[in-house]
Amino acid sequence: MKSRTDALTRLQSAGQYALELEAVSRHFGALVALADINVAVKAGERRAVLGSNGAGKTTLFNAITGDFPVTTGRVRFFGEDVTDLPVHDRIRRGLRRTYQISQLFENLSVIDNLYLACRGVSQNRFALRRPGPSDARRAMAQTLCELVHLQDVRDADVSTLSYGQQRQLEIGLALAGAPRFILFDEPAAGLSPTERVELIEILQALPSHIGYIIIEHDMDVALRVADTVTMMHNGRIFKEGTPEEIESDPEVQALYLGGGH
Amino acid sequence: MTTPRSYLGQIQPGWWVLAAFLLVYPWFATNFFTYQIGGYTLILGMIALSLMVLAGYGGMVSLAQITVAGVAAYTLPIFGENSVGVLGLGWPEWVLYPFAILIAAVFSTLVGLISVRTEGIYTIMITLAIAVSFFFFARQNYALFNGFQGFSGVDAPSFWGIYWRDPMPFYYLCLACAAFFFCATVYGARSTFGLTLQAIRDNPRRMGALGYNVTAHRVYAFFLAGLIAGTAGVLLVLFNGRVSPGTIGVDIAIDILVIAVVGGLRHPIGPFLGALAFVLLENFAIDLIDRERFNTVIGMAFLLVVFFSPDGLIGLWQKAAAKMRRRDNHGAKPTVKSTGEETQADLA
Ligand SMILES: Nc1ncnc2c1ncn2[C@@H]1O[C@H](COP(=O)(O)OP(=O)(O)O)[C@@H](O)[C@H]1O
Ligand SMILES: [Mg+2]
Repeated sequence: MKSRTDALTRLQSAGQYALELEAVSRHFGALVALADINVAVKAGERRAVLGSNGAGKTTLFNAITGDFPVTTGRVRFFGEDVTDLPVHDRIRRGLRRTYQISQLFENLSVIDNLYLACRGVSQNRFALRRPGPSDARRAMAQTLCELVHLQDVRDADVSTLSYGQQRQLEIGLALAGAPRFILFDEPAAGLSPTERVELIEILQALPSHIGYIIIEHDMDVALRVADTVTMMHNGRIFKEGTPEEIESDPEVQALYLGGGH
Repeated sequence: MTTPRSYLGQIQPGWWVLAAFLLVYPWFATNFFTYQIGGYTLILGMIALSLMVLAGYGGMVSLAQITVAGVAAYTLPIFGENSVGVLGLGWPEWVLYPFAILIAAVFSTLVGLISVRTEGIYTIMITLAIAVSFFFFARQNYALFNGFQGFSGVDAPSFWGIYWRDPMPFYYLCLACAAFFFCATVYGARSTFGLTLQAIRDNPRRMGALGYNVTAHRVYAFFLAGLIAGTAGVLLVLFNGRVSPGTIGVDIAIDILVIAVVGGLRHPIGPFLGALAFVLLENFAIDLIDRERFNTVIGMAFLLVVFFSPDGLIGLWQKAAAKMRRRDNHGAKPTVKSTGEETQADLA
């Protein structure tokens, strides 16, 4: 915990932001899914995004990664303007994400899924040779496989996995290589209580220089893994603060915590 | 674990039997069966294999594979020799053949560049449009393609004291090429690039989010498929001794699709099974029905296979094998792993 705070202060004093969004908006026809979003997330910061369904949280992630282009505004990643870069170039710069609805390779095995994730952020993506047993990416995939507790189903096809296992693999894919900043889209949704605990452990065990944004409906989970909280509503950022500030904010309570969603 | 020795050790006995049979086949087959059936099956099988690589692993159905083969086929009389007195630059064979294959692969890459940003039915439409335009262009252009008539008098090479259009040498030439690309495909399916291609088929969006340039991988697949189809194109023009717009017509483009689908897109043996069925039908169905009815027979065979076995002849074979195995086990093993994975596992 101490070293993490140290690293944080170091980066903050260097003025290093992992993510900066400047007047970002995204329209779907007449629908304004994101309206004039301005956010700056420091390197190593861990932030939770809360908001009711349709608030624009997933769209925010899509704008950051480039899955969908923004309608207006700029996105900067570690100071570099990445607004016009395709998704894969942003990923190669250290950005990672998981999807709310698992996006896996159904007909490949768990270890092949993880191997592809490790290979995607390294060289030789076009290699016509089979990866040998001494291949470094294979070894990394193996480590990831153990990290997300999928060792028992290592060689099983993804389509045969349980829902919880697929969610774990989804997270494993986002941890490949050397991530600098990760976007987790509702990783805890649909997990059993045990799986939730495992997820929280994985997040808390991440090296302190890796920051993330996690979309999470469950306040208890969110508060345990995040330093700051952002509330979204109708495509806008509605409140930002520490977990305590957010929890005690009367407006937030009225809109979200009290009234349900 | 991955030494060549252990790869060989993993191959099922059935494949060795097949290999042995293919090697001794011309020793007891007539010239007709060696050349017209054997050689032609292997050539068509390779063209269909190039489609299987794109469609089976990459999820991209291209109707322009015969066109790619045709580009290589036309390169031979244009840059080599022909008997119609148009062009014929007389390049030596050892430059000519690799050049023809390369030109075809480059053409295939262009087809890829044009079509990979589309999905599904649109890929089919765009590649069909390319095939049709190339057909009409070749038919109307006399300066380069000699129009409707095309080129004849394309001779096969003679070296090592062998004339390579004689049935037996030609068969072995085709067999060597087909076996090379077949093994390369089986090996390549588990290579890094092979995995990326299958992953892109399953979920292109996620591949982008893992750092892959999806378009580049698809285009590279077109390049590799172009090497296969181009080699088949060279063999095709040696086989016929001539090439004309009829070689690359839309009917042939559809035949290639039928061959690949009927054979099965889940394993590289499928296209060769489909080609064998097609060549046998083409040669012997005429004894039973009119020439004009041939396409009806092909169409019906296509429908039957697609209805009863979505994985083509491979699927039928696996069902039969599974049934036999179940009988052996007295029903002890009721669950049979479905379709392609089994052959994948058999080989890889
Ligand atoms: N691809 C899309 N096409 C059209 N509308 C979309 C699309 N994606 C999201 N939306 C709309 O944008 C709004 C925000 O969606 P989303 O970001 O998924 O919300 P959240 O993740 O907060 O639940 C919703 O009204 C949704 O219907
Ligand atoms: Mg969402």
